Amino acid sequence: MEIVYVYLKKRSEFGKQCNFSDRQAELNIDIPPNPELAEQFVERSPVDTGIQCSATMSEHEANTERFEMETRGVNHVEGGWPKDVNPMELEQTIRFRKKVEKDENYINAIMQLGSIMEHCIKQNNAIDIYQKYFTEEEEVEVTDEAPSAKTINVFRDPQDIKRSATHLSWHPDGNRKLAIAYSCLNFQRAPMGMSSDSYIWDLENPNKPELTLKPPSPLITLEYNPKDSHVLLGGCYNGQIAWWDIRKGSLVAELSTIEFSHRDPVYGTIWLQSKTGTECFSASTDGQVMWWDIRKISEPTEIVVLDITRKEHLESALGAISLEFESTLPTKFMVGTEQGIVISCNRKAKTAAEKIVCTFSGHHGPIYALQRNPFYPKNFLTVGDWTARIWSEDSRESSIMWTKYHMAYLTDGAWSPVRPAVFFTTKMDGTLDIWDFVFKQCDPALSLKVCDEALFCLRVQDNGCFIACGSQLGTATLLELNNLASMLQLSDPNIQPSMFERETHREKILEARHREMRLKEKGKAEGKDEEEELSTDLEALVGVAEEEFLDVIFTEMKRREAEAMRKQP
Amino acid sequence: TEVEETLKRIQSHKGVIGTMVVNAEGIPIRTTLDNSTTVQYAGLLHQLTMKARSTVRDIDPQNDLTFLRIRSKKHEIMVAPDKEYLLIVIQNPCE
Repeated sequence: MEIVYVYLKKRSEFGKQCNFSDRQAELNIDIPPNPELAEQFVERSPVDTGIQCSATMSEHEANTERFEMETRGVNHVEGGWPKDVNPMELEQTIRFRKKVEKDENYINAIMQLGSIMEHCIKQNNAIDIYQKYFTEEEEVEVTDEAPSAKTINVFRDPQDIKRSATHLSWHPDGNRKLAIAYSCLNFQRAPMGMSSDSYIWDLENPNKPELTLKPPSPLITLEYNPKDSHVLLGGCYNGQIAWWDIRKGSLVAELSTIEFSHRDPVYGTIWLQSKTGTECFSASTDGQVMWWDIRKISEPTEIVVLDITRKEHLESALGAISLEFESTLPTKFMVGTEQGIVISCNRKAKTAAEKIVCTFSGHHGPIYALQRNPFYPKNFLTVGDWTARIWSEDSRESSIMWTKYHMAYLTDGAWSPVRPAVFFTTKMDGTLDIWDFVFKQCDPALSLKVCDEALFCLRVQDNGCFIACGSQLGTATLLELNNLASMLQLSDPNIQPSMFERETHREKILEARHREMRLKEKGKAEGKDEEEELSTDLEALVGVAEEEFLDVIFTEMKRREAEAMRKQP
Repeated sequence: TEVEETLKRIQSHKGVIGTMVVNAEGIPIRTTLDNSTTVQYAGLLHQLTMKARSTVRDIDPQNDLTFLRIRSKKHEIMVAPDKEYLLIVIQNPCE
C-alpha cells in the first residue's frame, strides 16, 4: 500500500518564507500486526547482546616487507677531484695543487693550524700524558652496610625454677658446643629446690641439652680445657672447684676439699698454659687467688691473698670478681675486684708481697669483666659499674679510653678475637652493644636488644662470628654477626695501635701535670707563712699612701685659699 | 714560503711520522705519505672531525672544535680542523 501525501503551493507563494505552526497529530496509517506472519519466526529468549557505549574501532596488523640494511665503509682510493681535473694525469693534479697553494685562505689556514699543531706535538714529546702517576692502590672496599647481628638460636633453661646463666664457654675445637653454668647470684636468695645442674648444649639442638653436669652446688663459672676438650673446670657457689671428664659422665670427676677451697663463691676460673694441661687457677670474693693442679685437686698448689697493702691480711683483702690470664704473658695475671680496682700480679715473684705488682683504680663498682686485647696485650678492657674502660699498662692513674655512663649496669664485656678495635658489652637492660673504637667512640657501633631481662654474660667464639649471651632467666641467645663486625677491616691495623698510643700519651701528659700540681701544692703549703707577713706589710703601705695623699690635698687647698684671700682686697 | 717552512718544521719534530694537508673534498694538497694512505686518512678523518665538531656545538652552540687527538696503540693522530682544510699529523709519542 502506498502512502501518499499531496500538498499544493500557489505560484505566487513560491519563495515565501515558511511559517511554522503547531497542529495536532494526525494518524496517517495504522498497520495492525498480522499474527500469520509470526509463524515464520521463532521466538528466541533470552537474547544475549553485548552493548558498548564507545566508538567502535577495528584493529589491523600489517607486516612490512623486510628491508635489509648493511653498514659498510668506503675505501677511498682517490679524492674528490673536481670535474675538470683528471686524477690520472699527474700534470693536471699538480696544477690544481699549485693553484690551491696560492690561495690566501690556504696560507692563513695553514699558518694557524700549524701553530696549534706544533704546540701539541711538542706537548707529546715533552711528557707522556697518559702515564700512570699513581701506582695501583688497593681498592679499599667501602661497604655501606652497617654492622648487624641476628639471633640464630635460643637455649632455654629446661628447669622450672629459672636460674641465671652466669658463664658461657665455647668448645675449644670446632665451636659446636656451648657449656653454660647456671646459678642464682642473688645473695642467699636461691629458691628452695633450685637445681644445681649446668648443661652442655649442642648448637644444632636447642631443645634439649646434650649433657648435664651435676655439681654439689650450683656452678658460677665453667670453662673448657683448651687443650683437652673433654675436660671442664667449674667453680661452685660454695667455693669449691670441680672438674669433669665428659667421657666419664655427668657426675663430678673430682672435687676440691671444702677446707682448702675458697670461702666465697668462685667467680673466676681459668686454665693455665702448662705442659700437662692440668693446671688452673681460681679467684673468689674472699680475696684469695688459688692455683690448682687437677690431678691433685684436694689442695691448692699456691695461694695469693689480694691485699693491696701487701701484708697478706685476709681481712683487708679485696674480693675478686674477675680473673684474667693471657697465654702470651704466662707469668702475669690480673684480677678485677669488687672494690673497682684492677690488680696486676706477677706469679713468679719470690716473696708473696712482690706478687702484687700494681693496681689500677677507676671503677666505682665491681669489675665484672677484665680482658686483655688479643692483638695488643698491653691494653686491656674492664667492664664495671656503668662504663667500660680501656687501660694501658703504662698509665696507672686512669684508663686511657672509656665509654660514657650508661643507664644500666654493664655486666660483661669481651674483645673481638678478630678485630682489634671491636669489643662487646652486655647490660642489665638486656642489650648487647658492639663497640668499634676505630669507627665511633661515643656510641656503640651497634646496640641490640637481645631480651627483656638482664644479660649476665657473653662469650665470643674464636672466629669472631658468633656471640653467645646468657640472661637472668637462664636463656642463652646465640647471635651471628655480619661481615663488618666479624671480618678484619683494612683500616684496622693502621689506626688501632696509633689510637691506643695516642690515648696513652695523653694520659701520660695528664699524669705529669697532676704530679706537677701536687708538687706545687706542697710548695704552697710551706710558703703560706711568708704570705701572711707580706699581707701585713701591704696594709701598712696602704695607710702610708693614704696619709700622703691627704697631705697633698690639704696643702693644695690651703694654697688656693691663701691666693683667693690675697686677690680679694 | 712560510707555508713550506711551517710544514717542514712540523715534519722535522721528533716522532712525527707523517704530515698532510687535505681539503674539504678529500684532495690531498700537501702530504708526506703516499696517496692512497693519505686519501684514506682524509676521508675517514674528515667524517670524524665533522662528527666531533657537531658534538661540541650541540652541547654548547657557542663552542667550537679546535683540535682533535686520537691516541692509538701505535701512534697518535692529531687533526687541526679548519673551514676548508684539515691539517693531519701522525706522531709517535716517545714514552
